[in-house]
Amino acid sequence: MADPMRIRAASKDGVVNVKVLMSHEMETGQRKDAAGKVVPAHFIQSVSATWQGKVVLTAQWGPAVSKNPFLEFNFKGGQKGDKIQLTWTDNKGDKRTDEAAIN
Amino acid sequence: MKALPQWVAGIVIGIASAGAAGTALAQSAAEEIAKYRLQLQAGNPAELWEARGEDLWKQKRGPKNVSLEQCDLGKGPGVVQGAYAELPRQFADADRVMDFETRLVHCMVTLQGFTFAQAAARPFGSGTNRSDIEALTAWITSESRGVIMNVATTHPREQEAYRLGEKMFYFRGGPHDFGCVTCHSESGKRIRLQDLPNLTDRAGAQLGYTTWPAYRVSQGELRTFQWRLYDCFRQQRFPEMKFTSDGSIALTMFLARNANGAAFNAPAIKR
Repeated sequence: MADPMRIRAASKDGVVNVKVLMSHEMETGQRKDAAGKVVPAHFIQSVSATWQGKVVLTAQWGPAVSKNPFLEFNFKGGQKGDKIQLTWTDNKGDKRTDEAAIN
Repeated sequence: MKALPQWVAGIVIGIASAGAAGTALAQSAAEEIAKYRLQLQAGNPAELWEARGEDLWKQKRGPKNVSLEQCDLGKGPGVVQGAYAELPRQFADADRVMDFETRLVHCMVTLQGFTFAQAAARPFGSGTNRSDIEALTAWITSESRGVIMNVATTHPREQEAYRLGEKMFYFRGGPHDFGCVTCHSESGKRIRLQDLPNLTDRAGAQLGYTTWPAYRVSQGELRTFQWRLYDCFRQQRFPEMKFTSDGSIALTMFLARNANGAAFNAPAIKR
């Protein structure tokens, strides 16, 4: 089970700024371990953000994204106190959803 | 979208080293690395360790099934805020000078009932073999962010540790006749493109100590001050530094005390 994400969302002048830290290995599948065996690829493939049932961001990621990725984006319309929900799915089918209130 | 690809470090260093002969270019390389650090600061993954550490601190664990919340870090049982900025210090109950990691292991043994071997089994994590010590250290140090470093050397044991640490700092030995002092006694020295703080200088000592623990981007791990010393020993080809040994605490005492007066600013982020 993956660790929770750290989500910060702040509203200013009608625009919500969202900052997300995810805990993930993001293994590329290109590396070899000490025994010379390929370390299997393990990375987040899709990310989506939802606000009041509306999808405000989707992203398709690949192995070029760093370990423990950081994502920042803005969207219009959110109010203070609303919930923003983030979900990622990785190539092994693991999933994690977290939510935070907009400040 | 602003994700941080692993190759960012490579590019920054690549550009910088394209003609790193002159001082002017070395200067600009240092500036570029400083810029790179600044860009990363907004999303320091150390926060993930802090969150896990806070959770571990409050969880009931060990054979006695108790949390660490009653652990006395020197400011009374349960007080975590600002505690790191006053460590190492002499602890009467253990009759020993302890740095934070040593005190943490002590609490895991006395409060939670772990054996020393269990508590200190994994001081440094790698990949999926995560270290609870690193997470707990991240959380406790984050509770001292902004607090002015104030390490006392009033107890004779603390003075002894400081003097011993000072000796170790200036001691040269090993197959390369190396010492901490070889790299850390002049300003403007580098290992490849990494600036080394001059630890004999007040500003350098403060900058060096107050920015550990740190998330190392190149390792994808959060590293503690014990790790910093451990790895410096390895780089000097010294015998392996034992986790929570008196030597490690003495050296920490020397470096922490010399950072007095500066605001603690970790967990930080480093290349």
